[in-house]
Amino acid sequence: MKLKLLILGIFLSAFSMQSQEYFPKNDGVKTRNTNYTVFKNAKIHIDPQNVIENGMFAIKEGKITAVGKSINVPENSIIIDLKGKEVYPSFIDLYSDFGIPKPKKAENGNSVQYDAGREGYYWNDHIKPDTEAIANFSFDKKEAEKFHKAGFGVVNTHVPDGIIRGTGMLVALTPGVTEGDRILNERSSQYLSFDKSVQSRQAYPTSIMGSMALIRQAYLDAKWYGNGNAKNKDLALEALNKNKDLVQIFATDNLLNEFRADKIGDEFGVQYVIVGSGKEYQRIDKVKASNATYIVPLKFPNAFDVEDPYLANKLSLEEMREWNQAPANLKMLAENKVPFTLTTHSIDAEKDFKTNLLKAIDFGLSKEAALAALTTVPAKTIGQEGKIGVIKEGAWANFLITSGDYFDKKTTIYENWIQGEKKLLNSMDVTNITGNYDLKVDGKTYSLNIKGEPSSPKTELKLGDTKIGSKISFNDNWMNLLLSSPDTTKTEFIRLVANIPAQTEQFSGKAILPNGNETSFQAIMKKDSDKDKKDKKDKEAETHKVVPVTYPNIAYGFKNLPKQENVLFKNATVWTSEDEGVLENTDVLVKNGEIIKIGKDLSAGGAKVIDATGKHLTAGIVDEHSHIAASAINESGHNSSAEVSMEDVVDPTDINIYRNLAGGVTTIQLLHGSANPIGGRSAILKLKWGESADNMIFEQAPPFIKFALGENVKQSNWSGGRFPQTRMGVEQVFTDYFSRAKAYETSKNEEGFRKDLEMETLVEILNGERFVSSHSYIQSEINMLMKVAEKFGFNINTFTHILEGYKVADKMKEHGVGASTFSDWWAYKYEVNDAIPYNASIMNEVGLTVAINSDDAEMSRRLNQEAAKSVKYGGMSEEEAWKMVTINPAKLLHVDDLVGSIKTGKQADLVLWNDHPLSVYAKPEKTMVEGVFYFDIERDSEMRKDIKRERNELIGQMLKAKNNGVKTQPVTIEEKQRVHCDLLEEVK
Amino acid sequence: MKKFNIYLIMAILVISGNSFAQQTPAAKQSEPITIVGATAHLGNGEIIENSLIILEDGKIAEVIAKSLTKRQYPGKIINAEGKHVYPGIIAPNSTLGLVEIAAVKATQDEDEMGEMLPNIRSLIAYNAESKIVESMRPNGVLLGQIVPRGGRISGTSSIVQFDAWNWEDAVVKENDGLHINWPDSYQRGRWWRGEDPDLKANKEYQEDVQELSDFFISAKAYLEGKRDYKNLPYLAMETVFSGDKKVFVHVDGEKEILDVVQFKKEHGLKNVVIVGGYYALDVAETLKNNDIPVLVTRPHSTPEEDYEDYDYPYKLANLLNEKGVLVAIEGSGQMERMNSRNLPFYAGTVAAYGMDKEEALKLVTLNTAKILGIDEHYGSLEKGKSATLFISEGDALDMRGNILSHAFIDGREVSLETHQTELWKRYSKKYKDQESE
Repeated sequence: MKLKLLILGIFLSAFSMQSQEYFPKNDGVKTRNTNYTVFKNAKIHIDPQNVIENGMFAIKEGKITAVGKSINVPENSIIIDLKGKEVYPSFIDLYSDFGIPKPKKAENGNSVQYDAGREGYYWNDHIKPDTEAIANFSFDKKEAEKFHKAGFGVVNTHVPDGIIRGTGMLVALTPGVTEGDRILNERSSQYLSFDKSVQSRQAYPTSIMGSMALIRQAYLDAKWYGNGNAKNKDLALEALNKNKDLVQIFATDNLLNEFRADKIGDEFGVQYVIVGSGKEYQRIDKVKASNATYIVPLKFPNAFDVEDPYLANKLSLEEMREWNQAPANLKMLAENKVPFTLTTHSIDAEKDFKTNLLKAIDFGLSKEAALAALTTVPAKTIGQEGKIGVIKEGAWANFLITSGDYFDKKTTIYENWIQGEKKLLNSMDVTNITGNYDLKVDGKTYSLNIKGEPSSPKTELKLGDTKIGSKISFNDNWMNLLLSSPDTTKTEFIRLVANIPAQTEQFSGKAILPNGNETSFQAIMKKDSDKDKKDKKDKEAETHKVVPVTYPNIAYGFKNLPKQENVLFKNATVWTSEDEGVLENTDVLVKNGEIIKIGKDLSAGGAKVIDATGKHLTAGIVDEHSHIAASAINESGHNSSAEVSMEDVVDPTDINIYRNLAGGVTTIQLLHGSANPIGGRSAILKLKWGESADNMIFEQAPPFIKFALGENVKQSNWSGGRFPQTRMGVEQVFTDYFSRAKAYETSKNEEGFRKDLEMETLVEILNGERFVSSHSYIQSEINMLMKVAEKFGFNINTFTHILEGYKVADKMKEHGVGASTFSDWWAYKYEVNDAIPYNASIMNEVGLTVAINSDDAEMSRRLNQEAAKSVKYGGMSEEEAWKMVTINPAKLLHVDDLVGSIKTGKQADLVLWNDHPLSVYAKPEKTMVEGVFYFDIERDSEMRKDIKRERNELIGQMLKAKNNGVKTQPVTIEEKQRVHCDLLEEVK
Repeated sequence: MKKFNIYLIMAILVISGNSFAQQTPAAKQSEPITIVGATAHLGNGEIIENSLIILEDGKIAEVIAKSLTKRQYPGKIINAEGKHVYPGIIAPNSTLGLVEIAAVKATQDEDEMGEMLPNIRSLIAYNAESKIVESMRPNGVLLGQIVPRGGRISGTSSIVQFDAWNWEDAVVKENDGLHINWPDSYQRGRWWRGEDPDLKANKEYQEDVQELSDFFISAKAYLEGKRDYKNLPYLAMETVFSGDKKVFVHVDGEKEILDVVQFKKEHGLKNVVIVGGYYALDVAETLKNNDIPVLVTRPHSTPEEDYEDYDYPYKLANLLNEKGVLVAIEGSGQMERMNSRNLPFYAGTVAAYGMDKEEALKLVTLNTAKILGIDEHYGSLEKGKSATLFISEGDALDMRGNILSHAFIDGREVSLETHQTELWKRYSKKYKDQESE
């Protein structure tokens, strides 16, 4: 028997050596195997939708030559009978670094590296489209075996390093052949990501928005270079142009980045295939709208170990839900008809792949969709439709032979054939004896559990509740089982031996007892009673009921987004922030998101009436300087970062959005940080909690950019080696950039013009099409920036922080710049030594438009209090003070025709307060944005109860999961950062 | 002529010098002062409308409803009708005077190297002439507990008043408290050592607590011996064991707080105070039963966890108070020194989120004094207590009402001018002059 198998093995490998007919041969005569191998009597899954029962197929020279119920069998055929077995196309993984050595990390240096390390390539080391997987590839036999065991036949591999990462290659995992045979396409695709190359220390980009800007610029530069405009050689751009028509695969690691990738793709007419995060279910509508094919990691979070209640308290609802909901991700993708394929990247393919796949199926993914995700979808995605991933004439002979339905837990893969080469995983000839048996020997009935691989089984033996030692060996279908004697006082053994030639529900054989007597034994397979099965299933469903997704999918998210309402606020004290001042006993009518009437005794006309007697109604607070709702704050890789935009990095899932609404804030300017003299473009947002990032952007607001001066840009409070290091240098940065921007603008009509995103932004500033809000502290620099702007013929729109504004208020007025300041911050660094809380009052008296801003997620929750401080410091009138957080910042943002006051025709951004809004005792009860109540104090108290209930439910589920032996992970909580503009680190 | 010029120059020097130096501390009270007609907020939860308050020899000689007395108004009379009088607000757990400019290392004196430093004393580094300290007075913040930071035992605090020539003049209670930073049962990885910065269970927690416990045991053993060798850290523990020096344990977690209660019992500590106490609510009963008060974390904070009530920090002091714990507000955290002047508004915010206003006032006056152990003299307007109080145009817990006309420390009328008011006046004048040009 053994000999026969061995001969077959030799024969097969000789037979399948593939065509390289022009290679010389010195170790014998030249042969070519033109035999057919025909498989018959198999259940053939030719593709996810179609099955041939009792079918046949033939292969020759690595390809499938015929498939059908009955096919013509050529005379030179070897026939293999697959009775009772099933055949599936081998699987495909499109996101892999198979056979690629791990990129070597650049050594740490003493100072920041600003310039590129490569010569003859692009100005940024992280753009490396010239990298080729093929140049780095060598077949990794050990790794391949893992894939074989998991059922994979083909992978698309690449060097996972850098932002534009270069080409991937499609390679078959064929054992025993040469690379020449395996490579299906050496330029199958191009990979991209937002992550920098580890092989370079070049600083830029330090942020996600920098990565986005860099990709855009590289695309523009490639086009320009391709038109022959460059004087120099740039091998990276040449490669980028060469790779243009390949499949473009964008690797991301979180949901927001998936949308960011898609956004860039849309701008440049590229449809990326997106490597997702497994969290697509959280915004499935947006995922669907991307029209992308998704490559989804087959990875689910483990339950947290929540036995320590104090530590469990540190878990966010978001993390708990992820554990609960993520296994349903693939089901949601399939239901929403999002094309997706699976990757084993980030999991152990051998150990976890099938377990996780079956988990996804348990959570509602259909087997057809699962099979498609592993075969036809990736084949199509990588341009190999009909060639791989199907069992079809002309396709590569890549298929699995299984013991039954692959998606059954017990099913074994016997063989994984790739390019007609057999990879034996489990012998078909080995009888599968795994299972639970009643073992009857010598008048006793033991409980025997045989488990593990059929070819090397393991045993567990019990007599009643007592565990008994046992050892099994199973060779050539002969079983030898050694049992410790049930009499544990003795070291004695019972030996069992049986021949089990075929799968059976019971077997018997000889038993040799410790005294040498021979008798017989019987093993009868136990049946899972239907009741047991049902109980088990119900238990699983009960322990792991998927909780509903909310928008955003964290605490205080909405199950259903609140709707716009028509509302009549009745009998309120109305703070108009207009010349009308404060109106007592006044009604305000809101329809279709607008304020349509203000007056006494208005009729509701179908609108919902809210009794506001004794309450105060104001416009929503506008925060000119905020850093909430952002995935990143600073791009500090260059001293100018005008090309980056905060609109790219809006994070709509930040709880601070909700908390700001609870403080009456409805509009914010999300500013870039203050690392650079020329910072990034702003995002002006409406705090529409629950909406997507795009839907929060205040569309009608004009474009802004952040500038910064002083200690931060000259890197005073940490060591830096970048120009500028003094306020003298800061002036030169501006002068230099604006001089270049002027020259850039005049060069626009010239031949060979190169579009530069940074310069484009600066030209907008020069032309008054983009407004500047500049971080500033001391009078010298404030004066300086105004003078530079005047020299270049534009105006600074706003000085933000502006703590010494009171010293140069007259000059500011002359320039026409507004001020957005802190109420009372000072003493945190040297340049705020002369900061005084009277600043706002003085500037207001001089006649500047003055706002009070937050720059801080805590302070922004109570900007009403901060405004009220100007009543104390400097004796400002209450009405004037209130304007500093409503109409004045709206003016500074040029949205005062839309928001910032209660006026007919304006957007209904309103706050209902329980008390005088400037009082320390006031709190918002309802906050409305465009007619939608995004905060309501009564709804909030309901949400608190729901959150408590849900946390309790999820903790209960996790405890049960742990009890059932499911893998758990210790509680670790991701670091959260509260950002203000001094923060330099990149935040995710 | 020449002489005249010198005088002129000297005069200019004096004037310009004045405008940049700190305010001169007030002289000792020389005559009685009578404040008539104000609403007196006693700081103990009570109000006296239309009150009469007499300050004599640095003490409150009388505080009573005007209608209830026929006595004469001695000394200087301040008509305070329509105004409000409050006891001086106290800033506990403060680093005022230890750091002037947070970003300038040369001005930082808050954190000594080492782990067990009971002998390190804040008082001698306290800068009585700090520009930040003087900016407390116009908001009614007149006293503070100056606390060193860092290490396991940071050192020993002292309580000072905010109008003094030097630290010796400033001291109200020397070496009032020992400050312990309790270990956390969970911990972030040290990212600068390449560790994952996520929060996980701290494996060394028990060890850290044990180390602290061992220090207390060793100190006690040493003190019971002959003390031939002068062990400075152990010697500094003597008043801890006698109960004169209170033990302030800076701690937030629920489990950790329970461990502190145990620690108090184990070491027989008489006076223990929780500082922070963010998660003290669920163990409030235990704290109450063990006479452990809480200096509760700054109400103007964002909630620690996403799922917590948005107003949790706003209402925490109230909730603890309702459960019978003695509570006051502390202000450590971001920009803590300059923000200490916002203490009255912290109390106001707690009132906004559910507490009675006069109860909220206690959070920054009498309760603080009790917790710090200075309530015999400070913290409320009561006969015989120190005349440390201020007169405000309106409600001092509200930004709009907190406008001071007078402030007294031990009967001395202190200056309400600061570096900041001077700049305000200087530049206001600049623009007024421009207008009239």
